[in-house]
Amino acid sequence: MIRHSLIMMMAWMGLALSMLLSVFLPAHAQTLRLDITSGQVAPIPIAIADFTGPDGVPTNVGRQIAQIISDDLISSGQFKSVDSAAFITPPDSPDIRPDFNDWVPLGVQGLLVGSAYIDDGGALQIEFVLWDVVAQRDITSGEGSTDENGLRRLSHQIADFVYEEFTGDSAYFDTQIVYVSESGPADRRIKRLAIMDQDGHNHRFLTSGNDLVLTPRFSPQAHEIAYVNYFNDEPNVYLLDVALGRTERVGSFPGMTFAPRFSPDGDALIMSLAEDGATDIFALDLKTQQLSQLTRSPSIDTSPSYSPDGSQIVFNSDRGGSQQLYVMSENGRGVQRISYGEGRYATPVWSPRGDIIAFTKIVRGEFFIGVMNKDGSGERLLARGYLVEGPTWAPNGRVLMYFKQEPREADGSGGEVALYRVDITGFNESRIITPADASDPAWSPLLR
Amino acid sequence: MIKPLFTLFAATFLLAACETASSITEEAAGSAAGSTTESSTSSTASSSSAASSTASSAASNADNSALEAARADMMSIGDTVLFGYDSSQLSADAMATLDAQAALLNAKPSFRVKVEGHADERGTREYNLALGERRASATRDYLVAKGVDGSRIRIVSYGKERPAVVGSNEDAWAKNRRSVTVLN
Repeated sequence: MIRHSLIMMMAWMGLALSMLLSVFLPAHAQTLRLDITSGQVAPIPIAIADFTGPDGVPTNVGRQIAQIISDDLISSGQFKSVDSAAFITPPDSPDIRPDFNDWVPLGVQGLLVGSAYIDDGGALQIEFVLWDVVAQRDITSGEGSTDENGLRRLSHQIADFVYEEFTGDSAYFDTQIVYVSESGPADRRIKRLAIMDQDGHNHRFLTSGNDLVLTPRFSPQAHEIAYVNYFNDEPNVYLLDVALGRTERVGSFPGMTFAPRFSPDGDALIMSLAEDGATDIFALDLKTQQLSQLTRSPSIDTSPSYSPDGSQIVFNSDRGGSQQLYVMSENGRGVQRISYGEGRYATPVWSPRGDIIAFTKIVRGEFFIGVMNKDGSGERLLARGYLVEGPTWAPNGRVLMYFKQEPREADGSGGEVALYRVDITGFNESRIITPADASDPAWSPLLR
Repeated sequence: MIKPLFTLFAATFLLAACETASSITEEAAGSAAGSTTESSTSSTASSSSAASSTASSAASNADNSALEAARADMMSIGDTVLFGYDSSQLSADAMATLDAQAALLNAKPSFRVKVEGHADERGTREYNLALGERRASATRDYLVAKGVDGSRIRIVSYGKERPAVVGSNEDAWAKNRRSVTVLN
């Protein structure tokens, strides 16, 4: 109880600050919405002890695990790690109850203690307890074993538990990112699909770079990726089986198919088909291969995205003269425009929570990433740049990832493209380190 | 210390551990299989295009030099027409260029034609793919209206992926909003 009221208090304090610091355009567009989740400007202080061996001494794997958990939690912007040099000696093992009186003066709210060692059979054995220092009790605990290759995933899962206990939100550390890795000069860019953990580790390429590839998106089970592939110089939607590395074209239609996204149940793909200068939205039933046309106009209707319950679709269209956001029902009926601010709106993506929609906005020569309510009200801009584009949601709907391109000089210099993420409050914008230039990110669902 | 959460979590944990181990094995096998599949697909593709070009060059070696000559003619006419911002409207200049292109294409009916549609970098990727398609379609429709057999023409949109001019300035953007007619 004490802990929760403290968090609430910090949330309200943070709210005032977040209202000051978010990127805003002139008055007309912005209706500020009170958003409880926009707190946490004062991050929760937490102490993460290096995990120990049976002798009570920190092990190598134990130090790695503590580091991964700490990096995850701090990257969220919602936690701060209490400097381990300032530690009162933590308990030697998760079985020992800490002396809470040592920890309270440090302002620490959570204390994570664990053991981790390689047993005689070569298996990594992990145990942990998360203590609530304020309430002086254990909150959660767990144990597990894996081979050494599972170390990072188990660490992310422990970080997920800590995050969920202290924020009350679902977590997102045990997730992956698929994106387009870019290299070479701007006019002959080589693009490859690549996949990595959300913290940038376990990076690997999924395609060779022989064919231009764009806009990968995960299936709801993360086993498949839908993307655009220029195989044989014909841009079309393909499906890639991540485990098998097998890729196949989705159907065979006249014209070009692109802008694919899965339905929430994974049974259908929604995408655009362009033919004779008109681009419309279609849903493809992946089991029956039946194609349903949802929009029918000479305009450009593209970048469709389902609501999490699958009952509605948001997309962008230039049917009204400029590129704006529209919502329709899953069968294409009841089309309603929702964006009315200044400029053009593009790439709408429905939040996994269902309440808000992220988008790219182009106004007065600048690009923005923003969010609005599903009826178009409450627009807030979170990031800006020469070119920022293509937001994708963390599975808990609290964090957005997108890409940012710097201006390029006539001599070919500049033009760096990189992935960034930002909290939906507009705080904590940070760059994701990738081996090469990176664009078109898509966040996986939770893997567990 | 022992709580319901504990057992629940331990179960999740073990499951996760299994998944990790198995996904890693699959990955290792998968990436090998993946690269084999991909390289075999692409080698099939390249060998088939090689085969078709061998076939066509076998059909007539003279065709190659005729194609080169026609391409040179296309370059002197101008293979590119430009468009305004977010527009697929053909300007008077564009129509004049396309009139000359159509005359050339009608004089050389044996060659196939690819019309590329492109956009500048000041739009979003998917919208620009559609915009490039619109520009390529407008160009193709004009050529067809001037007597070029539509079945000879294939259109491909590259959106903002293949700029003609590198640079983040109005001059470069204007030159990148284009369609390009390629003989093959």
